[in-house]
Amino acid sequence: MTQITPDIVREHGLSEEEYARIIRLMNREPNFVELGIFSVMWSEHCSYKSTRFHLRKLPTKAPWVLQGPGENAGVIDIGDGDACIFKMESHNHPSFIEPYQGAATGVGGIMRDVFTMGARPVAMMNALRFGEPSHPKTRHLVSGVVSGIGGYGNCMGVPTVGGEVNFHRSYNGNILVNAMCVGLARADNIFLSAAKGAGNPVVYIGSKTGRDGIHGATMASAEFDDASEEKRPTVQVGDPFTEKLLLEACLELMATDAIIAIQDMGAAGLTSSSAEMGDKGGSGIELDLDKVPQREANMTAYEMMLSESQERMLAVLKPGREAEAERIFKKWELDFAVIGITTDTKRLVIKHHGGVVADLPITALSDEAPVYERAYETQRPKSGQPKFDAKKSVTDSLVKILSSPDMCSRRWVWEQYDYTVMADTAQQPGGDAAVVRVHGTNKALAITTDVSPRYCKADPFEGAKQAVAEAWRNITAVGARPLAVTDNLNFGNPQKPEIMWQIVAGIDGIGAACCALDFPVISGNCSLYNETNGEGIHPTPAIGAVGLMANVHRMATVAFKRPGDAIILIGETRGHLGQSIYVREIEGREEGAAPPVDLAAEKKNGDFVRKLIEDGRIDTAHDVSDGGVLVALAEMALAGNIGAEVGVAGETPEAIPFFYGEDQGRYLLAAPPDVADKIDQEAEKSGIVVALLGKTGGDKIAIAREGEVLLSKLRKAHEGWFPAYMSGEEVPLTN
Amino acid sequence: MKSAVVVFPASNCDRDAATALEQMTGSKPHMVWHQEKDLPDVDLVVLPGGFSYGDYLRCGAMASQSAIMRAVKEHAEKGGAVLGICNGFQVLTETHLLPGALMRNADLKFVCRPVGLEVNETQSVYTRKYSHGERVVFPVAHGDGNYFADDETLNRLEGEGRVVFRYAEGDNPNGSARNIAGILNEKRNVLGLMPHPERVVDPLLGGTDGRKLFESLIETLS
Amino acid sequence: MKARVFVTLKNGVLDPQGKAIGHALNGLGFGAVGDVRAGKVIDLELHESNAEKARASVKEMCEKLLANTVIEKYEIELKA
Repeated sequence: MTQITPDIVREHGLSEEEYARIIRLMNREPNFVELGIFSVMWSEHCSYKSTRFHLRKLPTKAPWVLQGPGENAGVIDIGDGDACIFKMESHNHPSFIEPYQGAATGVGGIMRDVFTMGARPVAMMNALRFGEPSHPKTRHLVSGVVSGIGGYGNCMGVPTVGGEVNFHRSYNGNILVNAMCVGLARADNIFLSAAKGAGNPVVYIGSKTGRDGIHGATMASAEFDDASEEKRPTVQVGDPFTEKLLLEACLELMATDAIIAIQDMGAAGLTSSSAEMGDKGGSGIELDLDKVPQREANMTAYEMMLSESQERMLAVLKPGREAEAERIFKKWELDFAVIGITTDTKRLVIKHHGGVVADLPITALSDEAPVYERAYETQRPKSGQPKFDAKKSVTDSLVKILSSPDMCSRRWVWEQYDYTVMADTAQQPGGDAAVVRVHGTNKALAITTDVSPRYCKADPFEGAKQAVAEAWRNITAVGARPLAVTDNLNFGNPQKPEIMWQIVAGIDGIGAACCALDFPVISGNCSLYNETNGEGIHPTPAIGAVGLMANVHRMATVAFKRPGDAIILIGETRGHLGQSIYVREIEGREEGAAPPVDLAAEKKNGDFVRKLIEDGRIDTAHDVSDGGVLVALAEMALAGNIGAEVGVAGETPEAIPFFYGEDQGRYLLAAPPDVADKIDQEAEKSGIVVALLGKTGGDKIAIAREGEVLLSKLRKAHEGWFPAYMSGEEVPLTN
Repeated sequence: MKSAVVVFPASNCDRDAATALEQMTGSKPHMVWHQEKDLPDVDLVVLPGGFSYGDYLRCGAMASQSAIMRAVKEHAEKGGAVLGICNGFQVLTETHLLPGALMRNADLKFVCRPVGLEVNETQSVYTRKYSHGERVVFPVAHGDGNYFADDETLNRLEGEGRVVFRYAEGDNPNGSARNIAGILNEKRNVLGLMPHPERVVDPLLGGTDGRKLFESLIETLS
Repeated sequence: MKARVFVTLKNGVLDPQGKAIGHALNGLGFGAVGDVRAGKVIDLELHESNAEKARASVKEMCEKLLANTVIEKYEIELKA
């Protein structure tokens, strides 16, 4: 077997100290297979070694939380014995290398995380960040990622109901592909990964194992030096067809009581799944690799343990139930093999060709993995309000903003996703939150993903707070009660103190907002070392969130419904232009303070709005976020194809800060005048800042003293950019 | 009306079809696994949408070879109603129960959106409750819906009144020849269409234009 | 014996994929590229040593499954 040299240790991403720690824990030098196992289990991806210390600070509990972080996904109680299971996860690096397969396998991986717990996936979302549109790779990456997400999700028959797409140069060399999956299960039939008990069969199900995606570090290692090109690790390739069969087969098996524990094989498939199952169950696991279904000949133990072949699961069954399980998997034409047994030794023992090739204490892989309290250097957040040219036309700017890469319609993207399959999508992409009915009931889930990386760059704490608040607000704006969060923390290199500060401040910001809004974090994922030319990406703590709506027929949407409705603005407008879309797109500068979030006002305003929707008094609502009031208003007008007449209201007389400021905690509502008057009075009585901006009607947006613009012109601007850009036409490329 | 929904590996609109059928007829359809050799005693067989066999090789190609398709053919030959939606339509052309083929969308992209359709033909068990020329909106969700047939076949389809649904002018999502969205076989008991009528039977989900298709079937077959 | 099956669209059937490939190649500066047609290659391993029998069997496979003869044509190449 390969001799372990300092070079090999380094190529496995382990430091000298870490290697010394391994020797201490093993009481000997590890062999090559064991080193490979340590390298993946102690990787940032599996061990959260840079973030774990800080993640502990996040609120994770609430009466409705059935399972918090630590399992494949989090679980919440949604009443009537139903549970909702969800998680968001990144697949950034693979998607940059091979956008179609990277994104596709990202979707597949997160779906497995959810259905391995017993849930049928019912909705997908994705948060995507690309480099600037003028960068030569961007178009190719957008095209590949979007078709990869669609290719996998559409085949699975799970609707992709929304998400985000942003462009910024900080992602030029490192795009972000974060996919979120939401599933439904019965609360009393949730499956966990704890392989409790000794003497139980460990079974392998799904696709065969090949040399897919064996991590980069090993490519250069001695073992591969004399190998042919054919043997080189390859990009993981997704097979949604097999995954669909795996989903159905797993759910069929889960309807029996044969399973003790089950876990998908994600990163470093066999290694992490077996180690984690043993760790959680307090048991040992013995695997015989000769029994693993293999796609390629002559695979080594090292390759099998580190393979990232997709569409595979590991399960521990009750003894004697193997035949029953095998019948189900054969029906679905999937591989099934008993490959090992649980033991009481708390050791992971790997056999191959009749000999033991690895034997290590499981706690060394999990509990004893290093945890770092990395040094961080507090930076001063950006401050101040940017200057602007007050003479610029408000309406011309609206056209320009609505046709900008970050603010234009994403129709080109979401029309490639089947968002209506499963026949429960009550609110499709393009609104504040997607609404998906719980099949066969009147209740529904509201789902969103949010983060404004430019705010996080200016002020990681306020930016992360804002991401949570916006997710909470988006769920509220459709009339649902926000229940829980999954966080996907995308940052740069944690070994740089200024980046580590972004991480710490970001987690603190999430924690502060989640505490104040009673919005626990139930699952998540960290993706670190995201850099372009040695410079970190904008800190991007993407927040995925789920809320519950008791009556799906009392739902608000963004579209104006009737001419003659009064337009109500809830929340205080101070005209905060720092880090705004307006200043970036119109003045061409990214500057100023990120907008602060007053969490008490956020909660008060949101609870007020939600009650109006639940009581059936409001059917039209939109959160005010990127671009401010006028952009929100235009989106409502375009969605309903009804114009509006509005004017500046309240204490901010200047048109540009009023219409384009990005103050937080605000909503636009529309209601018949008599209803609106009452709401206005009630809001004032409750101490909520409220203003009547004008009324709906006509075929244009008319702004008192500022001019008007036809909806048809706005629509053309809004819908035009994306398809034109993707077809390679010359388009304005700001940002 | 008694109905069955065939389930191929990686069908994924089987549940949607079953839900719509149950909602419209009041009784649950039989779900029939593709390896079955016989169909239950039913009036209508639905081949649902999805990605049978992952759409590998060609959409619907492998499903058309499955055991159950022999029984479906017999059912059709005896005059029984067979409705193929989306992937089901692709299976029907691969089985030669319907002429032509469904090719990759002209812009090579999967497309999901509501499209305007024109009901071209009301002389069928599927469309008698619609009026001639009626405009309806059904969603499409497919990557391979570009209907192709040679001119002779197309002329014949049109001449025999077998083009039941056409995409409204300017709303053809996939490049289909002569805006064809759905066609009948010669005996007019087999319908294949790319748009999804089963996704528009509930006002919450974007309309009820698909209901008349099921009502037509219920009226005729019950 | 091994068989290689080439499946391509029949002449006259529009090939949007080929068109897109051609367009992309032109965009990359390969101005000499005219019409492009895309197809697929299917490699089969056969337990059959008689070439004639092998060809007949593969032909049947093509007719039945590998090609859709409404839109596609096929060619068979045999290797011992």
